[in-house]
Amino acid sequence: MQVTMTVNGTEVTREIEGRLLLVHFLRDHLGLTGTHWGCDTSNCGACAVWLDGEPVKSCTVLAAMAGGHDVRTVEGLERFGELDPLQRGFMECHGLQCGFCTPGMLMTARALLDQNPDPSEPEIRDAISGQICRCTGYASIVRSIQWAAAEEAGTRTSIVVDDLS
Amino acid sequence: MQVPAPFDYERATSVDHAVRLLDRLGSTARIVAGGHSLLPMMKLRLVHCEYLIDINDLHRELGYVRVEPTRIRIGAMTRHRELLESADLLRALPIFHDAERVIADPLVRNRGTIGGSLCQADPSEDLSAVCTSLDASCVIRGLGGERVVTMAEFYRGPYETAVGPAEMLTEIRIPLRPHGSSAFEKVGRRAGDWAVVSCGAAIWLDGEVIADARVGLAAVGPNTTGIPAVSRALRGRPPSADLYAEAGAIAAEHCTPVTDQRGSVEYKRHLAAELTGRALRRAVARIGRRS
Repeated sequence: MQVTMTVNGTEVTREIEGRLLLVHFLRDHLGLTGTHWGCDTSNCGACAVWLDGEPVKSCTVLAAMAGGHDVRTVEGLERFGELDPLQRGFMECHGLQCGFCTPGMLMTARALLDQNPDPSEPEIRDAISGQICRCTGYASIVRSIQWAAAEEAGTRTSIVVDDLS
Repeated sequence: MQVPAPFDYERATSVDHAVRLLDRLGSTARIVAGGHSLLPMMKLRLVHCEYLIDINDLHRELGYVRVEPTRIRIGAMTRHRELLESADLLRALPIFHDAERVIADPLVRNRGTIGGSLCQADPSEDLSAVCTSLDASCVIRGLGGERVVTMAEFYRGPYETAVGPAEMLTEIRIPLRPHGSSAFEKVGRRAGDWAVVSCGAAIWLDGEVIADARVGLAAVGPNTTGIPAVSRALRGRPPSADLYAEAGAIAAEHCTPVTDQRGSVEYKRHLAAELTGRALRRAVARIGRRS
């Protein structure tokens, strides 16, 4: 069957099998390997992308189901060569170690800040509760998202990093 | 890599279209809504279908929470997130907010639907207990028109409902009765997990005594979404800590949990009793707050 969808603002059309999962469509058919393929069981959230502006687990959405819809992946976060404040936050606050969960975390966090520009720590933790990180213990991911929120609000006064001495 | 076995994908553009497709394609056709129950089962080859009918376009037609004077109507395609964020539900039926906060995780809630949850009829699924506690009825559409069944008729056992091969669930109707409220309690091992045990309760007062109460449990056996013995024990008596404990003991007796990675039979029975008491207590406290 043929499927047409918009991915990061560009319309794409491909011939696919009905059973193809969106995560594999993005990675294998479009070469957008920023979206990671993790647990396959909608538990880990590494495959999170946006479908019509909401984060979803792309291992549990058929590519066919995304037909006619708008998909955004981590490759679509940067704007005109500038990293998204969240991507900078993750760099500044050590929001990743191995990086496997990072694309999903970024997409979920972007959706959170778009809806709630000044989230509390519990709200951040709730928003990313569908995603698993096995490196950071989540503390630095939460700080990274707080960094981005402050950066976007223009209230960031200093870089918030753990005392690493 | 887990992928479903091959199937032909169809997309329905209306409820009538979906029903016609089901009728034409026969019993090997399945409807997919949010897909977060069905697709994992297809990957594991626990479900096989030759045709998958995607009804996500029907969200426009079946995604709603409508408040009427004596009932609330919820469209089958209403997503978990919409139930969680509905101010009308929070006000009238707070059990939904309690339950939706702890159903899966925010990303899954962006896709999963109430209709899909009920039709999956997983014995660990939370919304069946919620809807049974609220004495909901289900509207099922087929080629010949609509029929309405109670939750007791709808839920036939694990993974089995009253929805026939060429039918689909379109709406859940919940009666609104005065002097009542509801609550949901769940114990899980970690964020987003299925319940070890969960419990929904709805209760209505007549002055100082309980006019009616309904309790449903999830994850503790095949037929616990409603426990009539608890209702019988509660009716006509004033709410009290002792009565909640008595109701909890009855609920624990009437469930059939099994020992698995989520806990032992003894632990689950303990939770069934404890959560029944907590849900009733919380529901009654909410009645007090609103009057």
